Amino acid sequence: MAPNRGGPPPEGCAFVMELPSDLRVIEAAVGYLADRLRAYQFDGSRLNLNFRVGMAEALANAMIYGNGSDPEKRVRLEVELGPDEVSVQVHDQGPGFDPDRVPDPTLPENLDLGGGRGIFLIRTLMDEVRYNDAGNCVSLVLRRHEPLRRASGE
Amino acid sequence: MSFHTSKQNGVVVVDVDGQLIVGNRQELKQKVLDELEGGERKFLIDFSNTGYIDSSGLGVLVSLSKKIREQGGELRLANLNEDLRTLFELTKLDTLFNIADTRDAALTGF
Repeated sequence: MAPNRGGPPPEGCAFVMELPSDLRVIEAAVGYLADRLRAYQFDGSRLNLNFRVGMAEALANAMIYGNGSDPEKRVRLEVELGPDEVSVQVHDQGPGFDPDRVPDPTLPENLDLGGGRGIFLIRTLMDEVRYNDAGNCVSLVLRRHEPLRRASGE
Repeated sequence: MSFHTSKQNGVVVVDVDGQLIVGNRQELKQKVLDELEGGERKFLIDFSNTGYIDSSGLGVLVSLSKKIREQGGELRLANLNEDLRTLFELTKLDTLFNIADTRDAALTGF
């Protein structure tokens, strides 16, 4: 096997981040994570659309709906990054919520609503999305290579 | 990130430089609403230099479009890259907006 000359460890890495519930840090946090992914050859739409938008939505939801924008509460990210996929668990310190109660924002009657697209985007852009029973932790997985195209509308 | 406003052919053109996300959407909203209150009715948002838009950014565009329409005006969008186009298609918001490939195309016939 070729020696690793300062690049990312080929077997992957894991790290934890803690963020304050401050929407202004989302851009920097997502930018930092995107840079880490880039080192593992994530690029193109997988990085700039699927990851960045999906991650930004998960952080905003955790801060706003999870932690109620309480600056004393934090959002904890557990990241596992490898050559094939990235997995991120986003924990908030709120009481949780039921993600299945969010209406479909693409229905004609909901199209001109000013909000309600966050969870839809997370589910559409990430390859795997799982909420814990309490609804205060979401596990996201994005693979580096695009999986088989999902059926239209899913 | 910033928003730069100019006027072209009687249309208020807003350039979005960077991201349009939950952290800065209010700034864009206020800029456009100030112009609307000042009597402007034609708006074009140019995304040539935009990285990504999150659901809050999409939401503010929808709200602004509605408010502008209520005042008898129109909001058009231009220069969405492929990822931004995909975002509008996934959310079906491409059916709600007049989206032009270029700024000139958007300004034509406004």
